[in-house]
Amino acid sequence: MTIELLSANHAAAMAATLAGRANRTGRGFGGGVYPITPQTECIELLCRQEFEKGHIVRVESEHSAMAVCMGFSLAGARSFTASSSNGLAYMTENVFAAGFYRLPIVMMAVNRTLGPPWNIWVDHGDTLLLRDAGWMQFYCEDNQEVLDTVLLAYRLAEDHRILLPALVCQDAFVLSHTMMQTDVPALEEVERFLPTLDLPHRLTDQAVTLGGLDFPHETEVHRKQHAEAMAAVPAVYAECQAAFEEVFGRRPADPLVTYRMEDAEIALLSMGTTASTVRQAVDEARKRGLRVGASRLRMFRPFPERELRALLADCARIAVFDRDISLGHGGILWSESRGAAPPGSLVQGYMLGLGGGDIRPAHITSLLGDLCARSTAAEPEIVEVGQ
Amino acid sequence: MSEPLLGEPVECRARHEPILRPGNTNCGGCGMSIGLNMLSRAVGNTPIQIVIPACCGIVTPGHFPYSAYGAPVVASTFASAAAVATGLAHVARLNGAETRVICWAGDGGTYDIGMATLSAAAERNEDILYICYDNEIYGNTGGQRSSATPLGAVTTTTPRGKSLVKKDILSIMAAHRIPYAASISLAHPEDTLRKMRRGLETSGFSFLHILSPCPTGWKSEPADGIELVRMAVSAGLFPIYEINGGGEVTINVEPDFSQETLGAYFRLQGRFGKAPIDIDLVRDSIRESWDRLLRLTPQGRL
Repeated sequence: MTIELLSANHAAAMAATLAGRANRTGRGFGGGVYPITPQTECIELLCRQEFEKGHIVRVESEHSAMAVCMGFSLAGARSFTASSSNGLAYMTENVFAAGFYRLPIVMMAVNRTLGPPWNIWVDHGDTLLLRDAGWMQFYCEDNQEVLDTVLLAYRLAEDHRILLPALVCQDAFVLSHTMMQTDVPALEEVERFLPTLDLPHRLTDQAVTLGGLDFPHETEVHRKQHAEAMAAVPAVYAECQAAFEEVFGRRPADPLVTYRMEDAEIALLSMGTTASTVRQAVDEARKRGLRVGASRLRMFRPFPERELRALLADCARIAVFDRDISLGHGGILWSESRGAAPPGSLVQGYMLGLGGGDIRPAHITSLLGDLCARSTAAEPEIVEVGQ
Repeated sequence: MSEPLLGEPVECRARHEPILRPGNTNCGGCGMSIGLNMLSRAVGNTPIQIVIPACCGIVTPGHFPYSAYGAPVVASTFASAAAVATGLAHVARLNGAETRVICWAGDGGTYDIGMATLSAAAERNEDILYICYDNEIYGNTGGQRSSATPLGAVTTTTPRGKSLVKKDILSIMAAHRIPYAASISLAHPEDTLRKMRRGLETSGFSFLHILSPCPTGWKSEPADGIELVRMAVSAGLFPIYEINGGGEVTINVEPDFSQETLGAYFRLQGRFGKAPIDIDLVRDSIRESWDRLLRLTPQGRL
């Protein structure tokens, strides 16, 4: 392994390249790619790579990019693509199709605000739009995590107990265009970690029709099997963490990443790079004697409900920081986390940094003050952080 | 009208299993059934994989887990046949397999919603045989107009008859300078088989366009399908030709432009009976499309 100075876009492309090359003993590697800011550098780097048994197809839209990935995957090859924002919205039909076909495709998404009006900065609304597509979803906090999660996602996705696609998300510009020292593993290591893909339902010469008609009962069975695969993810994830650590010498983070939660009465929940800022505010509040901790949901699908419930069991006050908004309801993380809060606790939703505004520790500190001053929770609140 | 020359005997390589097996859900007289049976003969025992977008063709095999298709088939989303086929074709090549990947799509998935995907796959010259079975209507949703619906045809969304002419799909595909593009008349089986085999043997992107009778949508007798195709070809409504490398055009069946045949073609289909047809407009449109086509032949005439 070597340490390189990489943006998260390039970290994802390096991971995909290594995973692709590692499947040369299998049915190969490929995918369809299409540019969109701020993801473009990822697919540009991918298009510069040489593959002994692989091919990157430069298509005309995100919709076709995912369709080409489905073709590669249906034929038993490993597949990768990347997108962002409106590109993901345009791709959505085929994102669901790849999910329902149980294809172990890995996609890197750079979280960017949906438009119009056009805004290229971070917002998690684009990938949360896809939360019901039957994909696993991971939200990363630094470039190393992006690289590691792409590799981990392949192992998880291709496990026969799972067979689900995975979305690896990272924040626009905060990570996508920020260079960090990143440990890039050697191909031999990746080969040790990622077994050759063997897709049990791949299209062969056998006369079958994949994706024809389902009557209601067949759909019930298919959805149940899909849900069971999702339910199996946490246990298989733990196995993959151990296998990753054995090969690469570092342990990927848990689905729920916690910070100073041991004796916390107040919990602050967030996703992506917001969590780094929250940690600073936690340190500052701890100095003032507040028993506050933080938790980052690294895995959003399947939703780590049980782990979150156990984590929040002794918390009286919980703030949920969403960088997204489900208009007409509130933050999506808030809405999904509420059920895991203990009875009688106060759960307040804040939506901040919508459209990519710079969330600073002072914003979190101020909202922590607001949380502590409340006697009851109010409607989720949009907090303006400005530029 | 002249039939194609029958110089070469047609050899039928029996496929171990027909592509379209009993138990399929197609309507009686469906042109797709005839097209698939012809494809079965053309394919022989060459390994194939078929991609079918959301259309009647993916209802054909019946419901999971049964399949009336005697070949591996995968359903794509409506607009995505040529893109899914791209992935399959690349993996076949990467693994040294001889599998031929075929898209089987209707006019909606080809002319309309799938146009960008199709155009891009043709531009990349993907190793795909793309076959459009064109029934000139959104059949699966109950008969709405598409850009393949001809002038004057009544559909559920053009209750007073379509006022616009049929899109010229073959010229569009030829403009991509793909290795092979041809139109197919199911009333001319030797020509059909020859073109299907040519498409299967061609390396790179081939496009075949089949006029596919739809008794349900055309409001015609199921038994009349082949005769209606023969009439459309004879009257000049559906030119039968092929284009190699996007250049020279070869006319395979010469029409006689009979007004009598044209009239009979309209009379036999309920879709043309409900609204008055401006026959002069139809004649002008036929003349105009043939003038353009003939300019591309070496002789410049029939």
